[in-house]
Amino acid sequence: MKTRMFFAGSGGQGILLMGQLIAKAAMYEGKEVTFMPSYGPEMRGGTANCTVIVSDSTINCPLINEADVLIVMNQPSLIKFEGMVAAGGKVIINTSLIEARPGRDDIECVEVDANGKAVELGNEKTANMIMLGAIVASTGVVGFDSIDHVLQTVFTGDKARFLPLNEKAVRVYA
Amino acid sequence: MEKILMKGNEAFAEAAMRGGAGYYFGYPITPQNEIPEYMSHELEKTGGAFIQAESELAAVNMAYGAAAAGGRAFISSSSPGLALMQEGISFMCSVEVPVVILNVSRGGPGVGGIQPGQADYMQATRGGGNGDYHVPVYAPSTIQEAIDMICSAYDVADRYRNPVMVLADGMMGQMMEPVVLPPARKASTYEEIRRDKPWSLTGKGDREERNVLKSLRLQPDVLEEHVMHLFEKYDRMEKELVKYETFGNMDSEIIFVAFGTMSRLVAESIEILAERGISAGMIRPITLWPFPVKPFEELSPSTKVVISAELSMGQLIADVKASVNGRVPVRLINRVGGIVPSSIEIADRAQKHLEELA
Amino acid sequence: MKQVFAVTRGMLPADTSYCPGCTHGVAHRLIMECLDEMGELENTIAVSPIGCSIVAHQYMNIDMCESAHGRAPAVASGIRRVHPDKTVFTYQGDGDLASIGMGEIIHAAHRGEKFTTFFINNAIYGMTGGQMAPTTLLGQKATTAIYGRQKEKAGSPLRICEMLSTVEGAVYVERVALNSPANVRKAKKAIRNALEVQKRGLGFSFVEMLSSCPTNWGKTPYDALQWIQDAMIPYYPLGVFRKPEDM
Repeated sequence: MKTRMFFAGSGGQGILLMGQLIAKAAMYEGKEVTFMPSYGPEMRGGTANCTVIVSDSTINCPLINEADVLIVMNQPSLIKFEGMVAAGGKVIINTSLIEARPGRDDIECVEVDANGKAVELGNEKTANMIMLGAIVASTGVVGFDSIDHVLQTVFTGDKARFLPLNEKAVRVYA
Repeated sequence: MEKILMKGNEAFAEAAMRGGAGYYFGYPITPQNEIPEYMSHELEKTGGAFIQAESELAAVNMAYGAAAAGGRAFISSSSPGLALMQEGISFMCSVEVPVVILNVSRGGPGVGGIQPGQADYMQATRGGGNGDYHVPVYAPSTIQEAIDMICSAYDVADRYRNPVMVLADGMMGQMMEPVVLPPARKASTYEEIRRDKPWSLTGKGDREERNVLKSLRLQPDVLEEHVMHLFEKYDRMEKELVKYETFGNMDSEIIFVAFGTMSRLVAESIEILAERGISAGMIRPITLWPFPVKPFEELSPSTKVVISAELSMGQLIADVKASVNGRVPVRLINRVGGIVPSSIEIADRAQKHLEELA
Repeated sequence: MKQVFAVTRGMLPADTSYCPGCTHGVAHRLIMECLDEMGELENTIAVSPIGCSIVAHQYMNIDMCESAHGRAPAVASGIRRVHPDKTVFTYQGDGDLASIGMGEIIHAAHRGEKFTTFFINNAIYGMTGGQMAPTTLLGQKATTAIYGRQKEKAGSPLRICEMLSTVEGAVYVERVALNSPANVRKAKKAIRNALEVQKRGLGFSFVEMLSSCPTNWGKTPYDALQWIQDAMIPYYPLGVFRKPEDM
C-alpha cells in the first residue's frame, strides 16, 4: 500500500507543516515515508507545495508522477495541479478560498470549509489543522491517535499553550 | 533505535557532529544553508567550534588548519563553493591531512541554479584542483545512507590521512526522511590527539622532534617521490574502498548506471519498465572514486545496452564507457539545469534506446 | 671568557637560503628569541604561506605548517580552534598578505582572532622574482613595472597597518623597521608586545616589519637598508597604531 500525496497552497498557509505532520504520524505508525518540499522559484512566487509518500514498503523515488491525494488550499493550486491526480484519486479542497470545482469526473472531491471553521474556532490560523483533520478522516492514511501524538511532540515549550486549540481544530472533521 | 524525521541538510550536520567533527567552517550558499545554520547553534554544545568563514576559500583553509592541528574538521558547500575550495583540497591531499567535505550540489556552470545537479562528478572524481591527487567520493542515495557515510568518512579520512568527499545534491539536502542517528563519538582530548595523530601540530611539547607539514617540494626527484607515495595510497584505496550495489534483474537487456538521487528515480523507472514487460537492472556506484569496475566486467551476455542516467551532460558516462570497454553500446539519459526527469521519462527513453538497438 | 651572545634554541643550526642582506633572518631570530624568553617555544604552532617565507620552517624550531598563498590567517584560525591555549602565529610577506590574502587577513582581524601575524613588507614579490606588490612604492621599479610603479596604472601603495587599525578586532598593530640596530631593538619589543597580547587573549595582534630585498631592489645590502630609511619609512611611518589601554 502506497499513498502519494501532494499539498499545495500559498506561503503562510501552513502547507509544509501539514505535510510534515502527516509524515511524522506515518513514521510513528512504523510506515516508510518521504517528504519533499518544493524549493526555489516556486517558493519565491508565493506558492508552497510538498510531496509526501506514505508506504508499507521501501520508497525508492521521493518524487511522484501522479498523486493519489491532492490537497489544495487556494484556487490557483487547484487549477494548476488538478491534472496530476491519478484516476480514482481524491482532491481535498479548501472551499473557503476556492470557488471552482475539479473539472474531472474520475476523481473524488472532498470539500472542507477550512478557513470558515477556523474562524468559528476563534483563530483563522488553524485552517491548516482543520484541513489536516479532514485529510485524516477522508483518507485514513494515518490514524487520529498518531496525529494527536505528533501534535504533542510539536507543540511543546512556549508553543504548548497552542496544543488544545490545535487538537480541537484537527477534530472538526473527524 | 528511535526514528526521527529529519531534513537532509540538518541530518548531514548532525551526522558530522556524531562522527566526531568538532570543527565546522562554512559560507552561506543555497541549497545547503541549513548546515552552517545548524552548526552555528549545535556545535559549541559539544565543545567544538564554528566559524562563519569569509569565503569558501577561507573555509577550506580553516579546515586544513584544524585538521593539521589534529582536530576532526567538516566543511560543506554547494557546487560554485566547491569550485573555490579546490585549492585547499589539492593542498590537503599534498600535505596529507584528513577532513570530510560535503557537496550538496546544484546545476551549473557558473552560478547556474539552485536545483539539484550532478555536474560536479568530474570535479569530484578527477580532482578539481591542480596536480595529481584523488579524494574518495561517496554518493549517498538516501538521507540515512548519507548519515552513515559521513560518520564513516572520518575513519576513512584518518586511516589514509586524506580528505574524503560526500557528494549529495540539493534534492537530498531539502527532503525529509525518517532516520536513525548513530551514537555520538567523543571528541579527542589533547593527549589523544598527540597519541593518535603523532604527525599533527600540537606544539612540540615533550616530543623529541618538532612536526612540520609541508607541500612545497622544489626538487623534482623529491616531489616525484612524494607523488609516488600518494599514489601508493590511492592504489590501496582502489583496492579497499570500492563500493556499489545492484538493483533489479542483472540479466536484463537494459542495465542502468546511476548514483545518488538519480538512482532512486531509476529504481522506479525499472518498476515502470517491468509493468511494460521490459526487464532492467541497475548498477549504483556508492563510491564514485574509486569507481566500481567489477560489475561491468560481470555484465550478463544478455545485456544489450548500458544506460548512464545522470543530471549532467554526460560525466558519469565517461567512467561507464571505460568500464564497459566497448563490449556493449552505452547510452545517456540525462537532464540538466536543475531539472530532474520523471521516472516515466527515464523509462520511455530507455525503451527507445533498446528499440533503436534491436 | 664570558658569553655575551648565543643563538636562541628557537633557531635551528642551519644556514638560511635567504639572499645576502635580506632581513628575513633578523625577523626570524627576533620572533624566536621572544618565544624562547617567554618559555613558549614548545607551546607554539606557526603557519608560513607561499613566498620566501614558506621555508621559515627550515629555520624556526617549532611545530609549523605551510599554507597556500595568502591563506595563512584562515589556517591559523582553524589551528586556534583546536588548540586555544597554544601560541599561534602566521609569518607572511607583502605579496601574500596584502594582495592574494587580503580577504583572509582582514577577516582574521575582524573576528578578533587570538593569534599574531608578522608581516614582512619589502615592497616587492621576492620569491617569484621582483614583481610589483600592492606595497611597491610609486616610481619603484619592478619586473611588472619596468618604468617604475605609476599611480594612474597601478594605484598607490597600500598601507596595511593603517587599514587594519580601523578594524575593531585588531587590538595590537605596530609598524617597525629592520634597517638599524636601534630599529631592530624596537622591532623585538613590538614582537614581544604582540605575543603578550595574544597570550592575554585580547584579540588579534599584528606587527609589520619593513624589510630589505637587495636582490630584487638591485641594491647592495647596505644601500637596501638605507633605502628603507629614505624611501619606505617616509611612506610607511613607524609606530604603534593600536594597543590595549594598559600597555
